[in-house]
Amino acid sequence: MTSTPLPQTEVLGAIRRRQRRSLLDRGAAMLLGAAAASSIIITVGIVMVLAIESSTFFGEVGILTFLTDTVWTPLFADARFGILPLVTGTLVTTAVALAVAMPIGTIVAIWLSEYAPHGVREVLKPALELLSAVPTVVYGYFALLFVTPLLQKLMPELPTFNMLGAGIVMGIMIIPYVSSLSEDAMRGVPRILREGAYAMGANKLLTALKVVYPAALSGIGSAYVLAISRAVGETMIVAIAAGMQPNLTLDPTQPAATITAFIVQVSLGDLPHGSVGYQSIFAAGVVLFVLTLGFNIAGYRLRKRFREAY
Amino acid sequence: MVTHCTLADAQDSAPSRPITNLLRRATPTMTPHEVGADPVTDQIPAIADIKVQLRNFGFAYGSNQVLKDLNVAFENKKVTALIGPSGCGKTTLLRSFNRMHDLYPGNRYTGEILLLPDRINLVAPDVSPTEMRMRLSMVFQKPNPFPKSIFENVAFGLRMRGVRDKARIREKVEQSLRDAALWDETKDRLHKPAYDLSGGQQQRLCIARALAVDPEIVLFDEPTSALDPTATLRIEELIDSLRNRVTIIIVTHNMQQAQRIADWTGFLYLGSMVEFDRTEKVFTNPGNKLTEQYITGRFG
Ligand SMILES: Nc1ncnc2c1ncn2[C@@H]1O[C@H](COP(=O)(O)OP(=O)(O)O)[C@@H](O)[C@H]1O
Ligand SMILES: [Mg+2]
Repeated sequence: MTSTPLPQTEVLGAIRRRQRRSLLDRGAAMLLGAAAASSIIITVGIVMVLAIESSTFFGEVGILTFLTDTVWTPLFADARFGILPLVTGTLVTTAVALAVAMPIGTIVAIWLSEYAPHGVREVLKPALELLSAVPTVVYGYFALLFVTPLLQKLMPELPTFNMLGAGIVMGIMIIPYVSSLSEDAMRGVPRILREGAYAMGANKLLTALKVVYPAALSGIGSAYVLAISRAVGETMIVAIAAGMQPNLTLDPTQPAATITAFIVQVSLGDLPHGSVGYQSIFAAGVVLFVLTLGFNIAGYRLRKRFREAY
Repeated sequence: MVTHCTLADAQDSAPSRPITNLLRRATPTMTPHEVGADPVTDQIPAIADIKVQLRNFGFAYGSNQVLKDLNVAFENKKVTALIGPSGCGKTTLLRSFNRMHDLYPGNRYTGEILLLPDRINLVAPDVSPTEMRMRLSMVFQKPNPFPKSIFENVAFGLRMRGVRDKARIREKVEQSLRDAALWDETKDRLHKPAYDLSGGQQQRLCIARALAVDPEIVLFDEPTSALDPTATLRIEELIDSLRNRVTIIIVTHNMQQAQRIADWTGFLYLGSMVEFDRTEKVFTNPGNKLTEQYITGRFG
């Protein structure tokens, strides 16, 4: 006898166990698939709601008027629907925020990745990330009650509500978005590239700026795009500190409303559903969506051009 | 763990300083090497024109003493190959010349690496690593072009050295690409990303980058180990063409390569220089049993 056959029950047990496992596998795959599909379905759903709801708006207000009129007063008796003032409000606050967050975030990332001792980095990085965990309403009042008064010491003319203060505070809030992701990207740059730079006689700063930074540009670009999306979509800070008056201006010291600020304002107001004024928030939502999508596509294009290929 | 002692046991005679032993054989009237004896050239008459010399050189990663008591000289404007089994310390030695170990904490050099004719000890604590790296170039095991254009890769070292003159940079870039046998393939695409090049071209680009700064020594760490035979051959021809123009120290695990391109060959084993001699001698009539075993492929 070379081998005794396994008892029948044991063989059956093994088969059953295997069947159960494959069933489990399939169940898990389906669950994950459903999760992935749901994110697509939700996105499509949002786009559809936006499209349908805004189509009633565009039925009453022509797209051309919407895009070219320079006054946005949907809540007035003499309602005008020119989105431009909200777009400039959004772009100016975003620009101010980026002017703060991109350089500071990048410098922090370079310092964390190339200079900071290991222990310091391990403490400082999560600490910085806490910055973006602070509720935005707190930031809003920080801008209104602390930063703007401070700015008014330098610029006595500055109104209480202004885009500058709101933008600066928004920039502070998104610093960790830039610094954390950029630092990850720079630390992912292979050692051999850094060593190559040092071997050519570069010092630490030049190695970081001339080799590590460009090598990580694709990841850093993602960080910038995320920061832009975050700034474009930010609502609370601008609603509180930048004022709610639509104002067609590129001057950051002026008060203005952003697209997001307008949407909350109307959503919280008591406009009758179905009125043009109410429907206008969906049109504004479409613009916000297109703006964010545009930045993301541009970022994606850029990232592909500067892909990592070390 | 095999120690230095068992290594000595395995040898015919047990030279703690193989190079002096070897030279003693070559010139019987020579007095044995004395530490601190001067001038340097007196100790190693076999090499008349020395570019760089190790004197009791050692290196440790923290408490891991990888290189021990090395005494070797490298001839000016010649090619010296370092061979030896994996882990014997070839890369460690090569990276000592341009102070790469200074980038990481806990590393320790002992003894001297004298750069001639200035007689500067490269590894002295008061000698700036960056200053030394300005005088030497290194080509790494894997091609590591920077994420820049072909032109900017070659110009990188010049820019680090503060060269601003555009015409001069352009001229130097062209000359270096010609020297690296890459000019014809790249002259129409100098401003395209270096990553578009093939692996072999990238490695030649790294050689061009290394040559552009007129280095006194070029260090090569197995520069062809990631390349196919054709690309390897081109690099070997290139190194051959640099002979008599710049001092080259090349680590290789390919013994045919060492025979093809090196004037001198050093056999490193467990961090000691077991044999150092003219390449021809090392491969046809090695003075040491271990060398013979290694080159005939019995270990490594
Ligand atoms: N960064 C390091 N820290 C500690 N030990 C190291 C380090 N790098 C290499 N070593 C050790 O030093 C020895 C020599 O390594 P290396 O110089 O890379 O050998 P080779 O290039 O001849 O293959 C090996 O035993 C290796 O494990
Ligand atoms: Mg090695």
